[in-house]
Amino acid sequence: MAAKDDLGRAGEDAVASYLTASGYAVLDRNWRCPQGEVDLVALDGDEIVVVEVKTRTSERFGHPLEAIDGRKRARLWRLAAVWCRQHPDAARGRRMRLDAVAIVGAEPSAFRIEHLRDLR
Amino acid sequence: MTVARTWAVALSGLDGALIDVEADLSQQTPDFRIIGLGDRALGEAVQRVHNACANSGLPLPRRRLTINLSPASLPKQGSSFDLAIAIAALATDGTVDSASVAATVHLGELGLDGRVRPVTGVLPAVVAAARAGRRRIVVPVANLAEASLVDDVEVIGAASLAEVAFRHGADIALPDPPEPDTVPVRVTSDAEPVDLADVIGQRDAVESLIVAAAGGHHMLMSGPPGAGKTMLARRLPGILPPLDERAALAVASVRSLSGESVTSLSRIPPLESPHHTASVVALVGGGSRIIRPGAIARASEGVLFLDEAGEFPASVLDALRQPLERGDIEIHRSGITVRYPARFQLVLATNPCPCGNYGVRGATCECPPFAIRRYTGRLSGPLLDRVDIELPIRRVSTVGAEPPGSRQTSAEARERVARARESAVRRLRGTPWRRNVDVAGAWLRDGPAAPEPTVRRPLDAALERGALTLRGYDRVLRVAWTLADLDERTRLEASDIGRALFMKKGIAA
Repeated sequence: MAAKDDLGRAGEDAVASYLTASGYAVLDRNWRCPQGEVDLVALDGDEIVVVEVKTRTSERFGHPLEAIDGRKRARLWRLAAVWCRQHPDAARGRRMRLDAVAIVGAEPSAFRIEHLRDLR
Repeated sequence: MTVARTWAVALSGLDGALIDVEADLSQQTPDFRIIGLGDRALGEAVQRVHNACANSGLPLPRRRLTINLSPASLPKQGSSFDLAIAIAALATDGTVDSASVAATVHLGELGLDGRVRPVTGVLPAVVAAARAGRRRIVVPVANLAEASLVDDVEVIGAASLAEVAFRHGADIALPDPPEPDTVPVRVTSDAEPVDLADVIGQRDAVESLIVAAAGGHHMLMSGPPGAGKTMLARRLPGILPPLDERAALAVASVRSLSGESVTSLSRIPPLESPHHTASVVALVGGGSRIIRPGAIARASEGVLFLDEAGEFPASVLDALRQPLERGDIEIHRSGITVRYPARFQLVLATNPCPCGNYGVRGATCECPPFAIRRYTGRLSGPLLDRVDIELPIRRVSTVGAEPPGSRQTSAEARERVARARESAVRRLRGTPWRRNVDVAGAWLRDGPAAPEPTVRRPLDAALERGALTLRGYDRVLRVAWTLADLDERTRLEASDIGRALFMKKGIAA
């Protein structure tokens, strides 16, 4: 269990620095509420971006993006709405967006990052 | 390139519609859906295409793929779209060359290991694609012989998805072709039908058969068991003129749709003889989701032979009336209408009564009168109205009375039939008809070639007596013209009408 959690944590770190490098401002990380957890919340220009990060060591058991199905997307949208209610100052007047970032690789130096914008 | 397209063909009856298979790749989480009114088999194509691509070393892009089959309002069925869907999907991210893909029609079912499996109806599909102006078609290798029957298109046989992708420029090592799938081995025998010279002692019946062949007349044979009704009917296709290109293609297309393997164009008119337990659907075609051609479609351009016609349920026989009238059959199901050709020559054979001995010399019929009435009653009415030649057949009473050389062979009879048809075509020049059976009654009675009153006197007399209806009158005229054509005369004579009257009803002139 610990190895898996470490990988997930390393993946989220890698994504946070990747987003920062791409000009996003990271607002929140691993934000929790009774309904669940959001990996990353960032600001891209004028858009609030809720980011789901999926990390896998290999594609042997399927691509990480395949794990983000319709049910998962619906849950993320609900969480995004809760986040906005709880952070009215940051969210006011801004559009909301859902992104997914997939990472494949056994360790940070071998990470391959794929970023999907604006999931529907 | 995020939108790619290729082509496939959807069949409705024998008519194929070219289908634009569009694949769109959008930056969303991986998903794969097919839209455009597909049936269950098309829904399952998602799984087949997915696994076939993965197992061919051609992974699909990990984004949302949407496949649209356009025109989207046309219902589509079957597994023959698999190959087109896979190739269009692979073209969205440049795995294969999208320009090359867009110029090609793809037909075929995919196996999970990536092999291309044969499908039914390849011949009509290729014909439709060629008519729509497509010049390059990929078909399953097992259907290659069939598809190659169509001229003016480049047909490519494919054994596996990898092979097709390689042809379109995919950067993969060409794998060994998989063990080829065997085509369903139902092949209609192409052997020359049995010869007319085998028929012994039925000189009149053979003559009538030749008349029926020459004019395309529908025919009813009635006689006791063992008289040779079936024997005669089986020899009819052998004396009919060989099929022309268009007819041969239509016959082969129907066979292809029925799931038979077609490797060459047969020029011999087909003979279909369904058993008398056949249902209406077996005869006219149908089914709930996939509408298959029935016996009358397979008999199109040839002969439909109903042996023991009196044993067929009345509902089945009545279903023949509309196709006899129109030359095709339209089958309606909820949401779909399918049309098959049904230009067949009908040959009915029946016993005179259930035991078969009624009216036979030296035999005793034991059927009660009502049974005979019911038996022959099945055939009465509108169906018999379409029959031009009613032929009573007696049992052969002498064997070997005639020397073998005196009997007509099929080749001789075919020659006579061909000459009679030519003569009819010459005579009917400038009209829309080519065979006597098709000619309109009014044209026969009042047209430029109407017989003089002296010639048609026996016919008028029969009509006046009430022995003949006006429709029967026209039928007798048609047969009379066929008799004249057989003698290569351009005018009707009284003897033609006399013989035609005799052949219709046994009425002595």
